[in-house]
Amino acid sequence: MRVPVLDLREVRKTYATGAAAVEALRGINLAVQAGEYVAVMGPSGSGKSTLMHIIGCLDWLSYGQYLLQGNDVSRMDERRLAHVRNREIGFVFQQFNLLPSLSALRNVELPLIYAGVRLGERRSRAREALAQVGLSDRVDHRPGELSGGQQQRVSIARALVTNPALLLADEPTGNLDSTSTADVLGLFDGLHAEGRTIVLITHEHDVAARAGRAVYMLDGELSEGLPERTG
Amino acid sequence: MNALETFRTAYGALRAHRMRSTLTVLGILIGIAAVMLTVALGQAARTLVLQQITAMGTNLIMVTPGGPDPQPEDPDGYQSFAYAALSLADVEALADPVNAPDVVGVAPTNESYTTVTSGEESQEVSLAGSTPDWLSVRGRTVQSGRFFSADEAARGARVVVVGTTTAQQLLSGGDPLGAEVTLAGQSFTVIGVLNSAGSALGEDQDNLLVIPRTTLLQQIDTSSNPNDVNTLYLQAKDQESLSAAYQQIERTLMTRHGNTEGAKDFSILTQQSLIDTANQTTAILTAALGGIAAISLLVGSIGVMNIMLVSVTERVREIGLRKALGATPAAIRNQFLVEASMLGLLGGMLGLLLGMGVAWVIGVLTDFPVVPSVSATALALGVSLLIGIVAGVYPAARAARLAPIDALRNE
Repeated sequence: MRVPVLDLREVRKTYATGAAAVEALRGINLAVQAGEYVAVMGPSGSGKSTLMHIIGCLDWLSYGQYLLQGNDVSRMDERRLAHVRNREIGFVFQQFNLLPSLSALRNVELPLIYAGVRLGERRSRAREALAQVGLSDRVDHRPGELSGGQQQRVSIARALVTNPALLLADEPTGNLDSTSTADVLGLFDGLHAEGRTIVLITHEHDVAARAGRAVYMLDGELSEGLPERTG
Repeated sequence: MNALETFRTAYGALRAHRMRSTLTVLGILIGIAAVMLTVALGQAARTLVLQQITAMGTNLIMVTPGGPDPQPEDPDGYQSFAYAALSLADVEALADPVNAPDVVGVAPTNESYTTVTSGEESQEVSLAGSTPDWLSVRGRTVQSGRFFSADEAARGARVVVVGTTTAQQLLSGGDPLGAEVTLAGQSFTVIGVLNSAGSALGEDQDNLLVIPRTTLLQQIDTSSNPNDVNTLYLQAKDQESLSAAYQQIERTLMTRHGNTEGAKDFSILTQQSLIDTANQTTAILTAALGGIAAISLLVGSIGVMNIMLVSVTERVREIGLRKALGATPAAIRNQFLVEASMLGLLGGMLGLLLGMGVAWVIGVLTDFPVVPSVSATALALGVSLLIGIVAGVYPAARAARLAPIDALRNE
């Protein structure tokens, strides 16, 4: 059997808020194979954002084990985690998180700068990634000069440019109108078809329905499949 | 992340906050300019004072009555110094090559201030009564006319040599040679005008009358003992024999006055001792003023640190994003360090330009010989860079320590 792209084993996360300890994740087990498109659903406060931060190596887990591409990231220091985030994970955020003073091209180049890629190669790879999301004619625009949908496509290009093992999207359509939402989801469909591994966090059923597999978070616990729609 | 990218990123961040960066740079700029200028002015003051001391004569030695060493207090508790007048006999002894072989010129001089008049004009001047040696011993030359002769000195002729300031103000542009001036009710003939020597130790050396010493004591200052000399100017053969001459003079006078060590009744000043004092004084002055200017530099560097802290707080989200995209703590730290260093160095370079500009203007507008030194320039740049780095260390470390999740969560 192939090594899963990500493999969470009995993962727990506890926050100490004053006297009371809040258990955000209560023993999560989740394995995602290469090429899978997984939607993580759940109401707000269910712990899905915490899960996303753990998967993205942005936060440390309190207990359990997390293997990314077979490597145990739960014991890595901040410097090695930075390399893992740079090479293995491509983030797409709800708020886009583009740097407003940089052009689309420079924004997409950022992860390659931290990877130490030379200028010439960096430029051509960033242009390629922007072409892949259909923004070849917007490379020199700054985020402020782009629509929300275009900005999210820039951030998808930024996530793809390092050719990461995992594309991790946190409510990527949360700030978009329906046309742009369709656009972005179409892009994800295409990437899935190309064989990319995608984990997408959402609270919208329509969005989750596009993924090949859906898991549901509730009160810090994860279950396979979606509950019956009630509304 | 390579150095070039770090610089590009830092430069971009500074450009994005142009107003704030400019004001921060201004703080360093003013500090560096102030330090540079005070040091340059201090050095200029030193050069100027040295020039003036040199202008008093070459290899000049001055002897005045009254010893430098405090004597034991008398029963009434008064501090005293040994005192004996310098006499013409002392002068003769020092002029004798047997006693003082390294002394080549002796000019016994009595100096005072007086009022000189010519027609309606009158002028406060310093009056020196001396011998023909005065001219060479004091390193002066005659611009027009001549100095008085030994013969004139011997017979107490009423002749006077004037400085340029006195000539201009008293005789208002007319030909000074042959003019008659009145001194203590006596009429004197101007026979020469001295070349300008500028001012020395705050005194205009060109507002001056020189007459024969005998004339002064016989016809003007009749109350003084004609045998007493109040300042004795001597000239050593050359720079090398200056200290030998000093010792010969000291030994001769101590023997003649029957002085013991520690109870001399005369004082000897050389140009070297004046130069040493002047160097000391200007060094203290420069350090004091430079210290005050350095405080403004300190304030400027606090400004850099302050703005870097604001910058880190304000860009928590950006830092989080960069970390999520793979920036290591070191990369983040370097970015902020380079930003702070650029602020410091930019302020340093502009401050240097300002300081040099002001120094140049001062040099053009006044006779103050302000010269910006290369070592001060290098030091200023080094210091400003260091300030940037030191001021940046703490904010940069804070930025590097931020957890990516806390940074990204910040709205």
